[in-house]
Amino acid sequence: MTIQQPNSFRTGPDEHGRFGNFGGRFVAETLMPLILDLEKAYTDARRDPAFQREMDGHLKTFVGRPSPLYFAERMTAHLGGAKIYFKREELNHTGAHKVNNVLGQIMLARRMGKKRIIAETGAGMHGVATATLCARFGLDCIVYMGAVDVARQEPNVFRMKMLGAEVRPVQSGTRTLKDAMNEALRDWVTNVADTFYCIGTVAGPHPYPMMVRDFQSIIGQETRVQMQEAEGRLPDSLVACIGGGSNAMGLFHPFLDDRQVEIYGVEAAGHGLTGLHAASIAGGRPGVLHGNRTYLLMNEDGQIQDAHSISAGLDYPGIGPEHAWLHDVGRVNFLSATDDEAVAALQLCSRLEGIIPALESAHALAQVEKIAPQKPKDHLMVVNISGRGDKDLASVAQYLAERA
Amino acid sequence: MTRIDTTFASLKSQGRAGLVTFVMAGDPDHETSAAIIAALPGAGADVIELGMPFTDPMADGPAIQAAGLRALKAGATLRQTLELVRGFRNTNGTTPIVLMGYYNPIYVYGVEKFLVDAKDAGVDGLIVVDLPPEEDAELCLPALKAGLNFIRLATPTTDDKRLPAVLANTSGFVYYVSITGITGSAAPDTNKVAAAVARIKRHTQLPVAVGFGVRRAEQARDFGAAADAVVVGSALVDTVRAHLTADGAPGPETVPAVAALVTDLAAGVKAARSK
Ligand SMILES: Cc1ncc(COP(=O)(O)O)c(C=O)c1O
Repeated sequence: MTIQQPNSFRTGPDEHGRFGNFGGRFVAETLMPLILDLEKAYTDARRDPAFQREMDGHLKTFVGRPSPLYFAERMTAHLGGAKIYFKREELNHTGAHKVNNVLGQIMLARRMGKKRIIAETGAGMHGVATATLCARFGLDCIVYMGAVDVARQEPNVFRMKMLGAEVRPVQSGTRTLKDAMNEALRDWVTNVADTFYCIGTVAGPHPYPMMVRDFQSIIGQETRVQMQEAEGRLPDSLVACIGGGSNAMGLFHPFLDDRQVEIYGVEAAGHGLTGLHAASIAGGRPGVLHGNRTYLLMNEDGQIQDAHSISAGLDYPGIGPEHAWLHDVGRVNFLSATDDEAVAALQLCSRLEGIIPALESAHALAQVEKIAPQKPKDHLMVVNISGRGDKDLASVAQYLAERA
Repeated sequence: MTRIDTTFASLKSQGRAGLVTFVMAGDPDHETSAAIIAALPGAGADVIELGMPFTDPMADGPAIQAAGLRALKAGATLRQTLELVRGFRNTNGTTPIVLMGYYNPIYVYGVEKFLVDAKDAGVDGLIVVDLPPEEDAELCLPALKAGLNFIRLATPTTDDKRLPAVLANTSGFVYYVSITGITGSAAPDTNKVAAAVARIKRHTQLPVAVGFGVRRAEQARDFGAAADAVVVGSALVDTVRAHLTADGAPGPETVPAVAALVTDLAAGVKAARSK
C-alpha cells in the first residue's frame, strides 16, 4: 500500500475526528451528545485567551513548568554516539507528564460546570494527576483501575486516596487498563449530567485524541525553544515510549513538519514480540475499540487480546489513532523494547545520571541505547523522561529477585 | 417488507405489544444456545435479538458481560453466530432475528462479506451499539443497501434536535433505551417511558421498542402499554447463568428455565393492552 504524504502532518483530525482512516467517534448513542458538547466547549476554550492565560499560570506555579532540557553527559559518553538530552517531565508535580493533560481537562470541566470527575488509570500516574487537580479545585474524583494494576502500583493507590479520590478496582475482563477504560465509559453512560470523563492518553472518541495532544504539546514546544538555546538548532531525533501515546505525541507533534527530525516511538514488547506483549503497531491490526479506530491487539475474530508489559502504563492493547496514521504515512518509526531491556535501561540510567526513570520511560531509553551509538557525535537526540520511577521500585525489586 | 416489518404489522393488527428477547449467541455453548434460540418463538418471543459476543462490551452491565465471556470461553465466533441463525432458519422462516453487538468483530470479519453472509444466513437486522449516526458510512448505509434493517438506539440524551439525525437511516424499529446507563440497570417508572415513546413517535412512523431494566412480567405489561414492543435481556442471560452447573456446564433445566421466563414475560406483554 502506498500512501500519499500530506503537505503537513499537523492539520488533523478532520471534522469527523479522523486522522486518515483512524480515529472517529465510535460510541454509544447515550454518549454522543456528550462528546459533541465537549468538542464545542473545547473549541471555545481553545480560542479564548483567558483560558490559555489561566492555564499558563497553573502550569508555571502548580505544575512547575517549564521542565528542563538536560544534557545527559555520562550516558552520552557511555554510548559513544549521539549527544543525548533528557526532557525532564518526571520533574513535574505528581511525577509525570500526565498532569499537563489533566490540568487542561480539569479547567475545561470547570468551564462546563461539571463537578464529578472520572478517570481510568494504568500505572496510576494519570489517576494521581487527576486526584491532585480535583483536590486543588475541589471536585469529586473517582478513578477506575484494573485490580491487577491496583496490586502492582500500590503506592499510587495510596497517593490517590490521600488526595481524597475514590479508587474503584475493576474486576472485569483482564483487570488492567483497557478494562478500567470500559468501566469508566460505563460510569459515564450512567452519570451523564454532572460527570466529566478525563481520559489519560491520546485515545478515545474525538475530540479526546486531539485535545490531549494539544495539552501535551507543551512538551515539544518547550523542547524546540530549549534546544535552540542550548545548541542553536533543532534536535536531529526524538525518542519516547508509547502506551496510548500521549507523552510521545506531546513531544513529537510540534516537530512533525520538520522532516529532517527523525522520530521514534517505542512500544512495550513485554516477553518479546512472539510472546505476550503490548506492541499494537508491531503486532496488531486496525480495529475499533474505546471510541476510535486504531491498531489493536486482537485475534482472528476481532476479540481484544491481553496485553502484557512489566510497565502498567504501557499495558494497553491499542495506541492513539494519530500514531496509527503517522505509522501508515511513514512519519514516525515505531520500535519496541522488552521487559528485560527496559529494566536494564532503568538501572543504567539510574547509575549513570542519578535519575530513576519510570519503567515506561525506560522503554524509550532502551532504544536510545541501540540508536545513539550508530549516530555521529554532533547528532542531537532528545528522549522524553515521561515519569519518575519511584512507583516502580517494588515491581523492579521483585523482577530482579525472581531472576537473581 | 422484511420479517421485522411483517412482524410489527401483524402485532399492530392483533392490537398488542411484542416481546423482543435478547440472548447471547453461544452462551453457554453452541448447542445449548441453538436449543435456547429454537425454544424462544414457541415460548412467546416475537423478535429474537442475538448478542454477538465481544471481549469489551462498553455499554453492558455485569450480566451480559458475563454471558459474552461464557460464550467466548466456549469458542464462540461471529462465524458461529451466523451458523446459529442459519440453523434456526431451517425450522423457522418467520421470527425476525436481529444481531446486536459491537463493531469490531464485524469490521475485522469485513463489512461487505459480513453483510452477504448475514443476509444469507437469515439475519433481518443489526443493532451495533458503538455506531452512532455520525459513523453511518461504516456499516449502516451498506447494511440498508444489502436489504438488512439497521436499528438505532435512542436514549434519554437524544434530544428533539438530535432525534431526526438518529432516525434518518433507522429502519425496522427504533430501540428506546429507557435509562442513561448500562444493560441490567434498574428500569425507570412507566410514566417517563410513556412520555419518551410519545416524543419519539412525534418524529417517526416506525414502531418503538423499549428496553433496559425489564425483568418481570408486570414491568413488561406496563412498558407494553406504552410501546410497540418490550425488550428483555439481562433477566434472560441471568436465567441461563442460574441454571448452569458449578463448573459452568448446561444442565437439563437450562433451556426450559429460559423458555419459562419468556412464557411469563409474553403473558405480561399480552396483558398490556387488555387492562
Ligand atoms: C510515566 C509514564 N510514561 C508513559 C505512560 C504511557 O502513556 P502515554 O503513552 O499516554 O504517554 C504512562 C502511563 O501511565 C506513564 O505513567
